[in-house]
Amino acid sequence: MSWWNWQSALDALPLLLQGFGTTLVATIGGTVIAVFLGLLIAVLLRTLPAWVNWLPKLVVAFIRNTPLIVQLVFIYTLFSMNEALIQVPALTVGILVIGIHYSTYMSESYRAGIDAVPQGQWEAISALSLPPVRSFRSIVLPQALRATVPSLGNYAVAMFKDTPFLMAIYVTELVRTAEQIGGRTFAYTEAFTLAGLIFLAASYPTSLLIRRLEKSLATY
Amino acid sequence: MPPTESGGTPAIEFRDVVKRFGDHTVLKGLNFTVSPGERVTLIGPSGSGKTTILRLIMTLESLTGGYIDVHGEPLTHEQRGGKRVALPSKRVRANTKRIGMVFQHFNLFPNMTVIENLVEAPIHVLGMAKADAVEKARGLLQKVGLSDKENEHPSRLSGGQQQRVAIARALAMDPDILLLDEVTSALDPELVDDVLQVLRDIAEETDITMLIVTHEMQFARDVSQRVMMFDGGVILEEGHPDDIFTNPREERTRKFLSAVLD
Repeated sequence: MSWWNWQSALDALPLLLQGFGTTLVATIGGTVIAVFLGLLIAVLLRTLPAWVNWLPKLVVAFIRNTPLIVQLVFIYTLFSMNEALIQVPALTVGILVIGIHYSTYMSESYRAGIDAVPQGQWEAISALSLPPVRSFRSIVLPQALRATVPSLGNYAVAMFKDTPFLMAIYVTELVRTAEQIGGRTFAYTEAFTLAGLIFLAASYPTSLLIRRLEKSLATY
Repeated sequence: MPPTESGGTPAIEFRDVVKRFGDHTVLKGLNFTVSPGERVTLIGPSGSGKTTILRLIMTLESLTGGYIDVHGEPLTHEQRGGKRVALPSKRVRANTKRIGMVFQHFNLFPNMTVIENLVEAPIHVLGMAKADAVEKARGLLQKVGLSDKENEHPSRLSGGQQQRVAIARALAMDPDILLLDEVTSALDPELVDDVLQVLRDIAEETDITMLIVTHEMQFARDVSQRVMMFDGGVILEEGHPDDIFTNPREERTRKFLSAVLD
């Protein structure tokens, strides 16, 4: 078996797991940003009057229609080239950009979830004279989330698989670690195979979990 | 606007109310008053505008023209300097606090238990203490015969039970005015009586002003002092239920009643 060396694989593993740690941090950080910012965007687009609404709409469309990797490199370069701006670690830039990028997708899930709340619920809210903020929190959002949570989960998994783009701004996440190992030892096969398996081991159970969540949310 | 004489202010007053949906005019300059404590049943063929009247009072629809006053106060629009001005939404919401509505399809909050459905508005609209709201809600659940269901979610209840919870939820706000919009139309026939009995009790024990849209003519006869027959967005005739049901003046009323009573 000349194409596979168990010793190289074993040597690569600790470094790869370290890189995976960075991948996880980026995914979790990005997801937290996207979940909250996505909700904020959905609420803003719903409540802002039409004459200012075009601005956030335009920003969302812009972010959604340009590649993540371009956004990453652009923002990273902006920060590193401009001495007037505070210097931010590449990982922080990466988390912010990937979080904002995915928030534009998640806001769409929230919007669909809120739209799925039946008209009768809004009428009952109105008939009880419930104030908007309270009724959104206690009635609309809990019902919207049932339709939204599975799709938010799917976006989190998609984001997880997009974290290798962070290597474009020199974040040593899992895939960049694999490449560095390959460059140093020529054990590309071992390093990339293990990297792929680590991704699979993390994302497959997560998507199963999301599917189960989806089922348990389907009924009250 | 203070009452001119004691008890002289109507609970509800429609003045030249117009409601259009697109090109379709549902109400064409409607005028009527309802006295405090009065029970009025609105009847008429579908599309005659009776549900729209309830929805306008509940502010679920916006007025195209005219004014609605509740206890002498403007509900959604007022006349200021000769102009018709819409009131801010906060003020409209304050005006509707004491107006309750029960819907054809119940519209309970499915993410909440029965008791949570009942205490939500008293706590967050009236500012009641939680313990007081719960105690009051339990009393109301007992009244509608559902004391054992307080921790169930609405989806676990029958339609008739859900509607009784919805009635209790409306009563939890201590309404002066209660709007009943075809509250038994979505129920299986064997569940209708329990719901109507609850409403009969409320009519007997309270002095809540009620506007009722229903096809249950016996119920209308039992609880209401006045029946208004609508057709084509105008009041065709009105009177005491005994007169309207047994001896209507208008041919169209007669036809409508014979179709409904079949």
